[in-house]
Amino acid sequence: MDINKFIIAIVTTKKEKVSGGASVFHCNDDNEVQQVAGLLEAILDGVAHKLYEGMYIIVKH
Amino acid sequence: MDRMLYPVLFGILFGVISRVYMMRTDYRQYPSYLHGKTIHIALGFIASCLGSVIAPAIIDQDYTAVTFFTLAASQFRDVRNMERNTLSELDSFEIVPRGKTYIEGIALVFEGRNYLVIVTSFLTTLAYLKFNVWVALAAGIACIVLSSFLMSGRKIRDIADIRPIDLRFDDAGLYVGNVYMMNVGVNARQEDIERWGKGFILKPKNLNASVCLTNLGQRQAILHDCSSALGIYKDSGNPALTPLAKRDLETGEIAIFILPREQDTERALQVIGNVPTLESAYRDSKKRLQILRWKKGN
Repeated sequence: MDINKFIIAIVTTKKEKVSGGASVFHCNDDNEVQQVAGLLEAILDGVAHKLYEGMYIIVKH
Repeated sequence: MDRMLYPVLFGILFGVISRVYMMRTDYRQYPSYLHGKTIHIALGFIASCLGSVIAPAIIDQDYTAVTFFTLAASQFRDVRNMERNTLSELDSFEIVPRGKTYIEGIALVFEGRNYLVIVTSFLTTLAYLKFNVWVALAAGIACIVLSSFLMSGRKIRDIADIRPIDLRFDDAGLYVGNVYMMNVGVNARQEDIERWGKGFILKPKNLNASVCLTNLGQRQAILHDCSSALGIYKDSGNPALTPLAKRDLETGEIAIFILPREQDTERALQVIGNVPTLESAYRDSKKRLQILRWKKGN
């Protein structure tokens, strides 16, 4: 089985909700989340998806 | 030999004319380069040579020559391979790829065109030998008209009603009409999509059309043609700005999301309508159902 989608980074303001698996970037507020997610999207050629407020994943498609 | 020379030359001429006529470069941009065209005209010339010499061979009852002809004609199967390989290689560098189904369709067409050239040359030479140059002229023109008719398949506008529709965001979810397309997390990308994005709904006219539009290759062909004809607001590092086509499971309609540089909705409708239905995607499901019903009835 080929896995062709994977989470390469998690950007969040909710430290307690995530752990391990992918690189986690902790942010202080939503503005910072947007900024970091935007940068990571550009750097990693992935797509930033919003799961809910303050919880973004960068997915490589 | 002299008796045969003019009919054969006449057949070759018409074969080449028909190949050139069938090679119209449009917005699909293929074959657009001079060398690509040269290759196809050269192959068309070879095909027309083959086609023209069959008629004299049959008339002289030289059946060995006819057998050799079938051997030579099999070479044209390689045309499909050649096209497939070239386009597959190029496809990895396309911002919106053609997709395998579209490539197979194009390769199939290129092979088919050479056979049409053979038929055109054969019939033209035969008409010249059996009747006269005027009948041959009429036969040649008729063959070219017939070829262009045979080569023009169905278009999307024949199988579906196309209408523009607004895009909207529900939080991070991008919707075209009521169809969910994708999750766009970054606000800046959402703004790009609101600025450049356009949405369309394709409503299939019948069951066959619905099955055809379900095919992922057919949908990719629509997206590729849109981006090559209208331009695209995307670069290699922006997977968030990818054109998409998704299906509404309730209604069977297809929602198209594109990011054209040319923001002319009318032109976009024309381009989508002009996308060919791919042979490998089109299925006659209605006929299949009819056969099943007929079998049940008996």
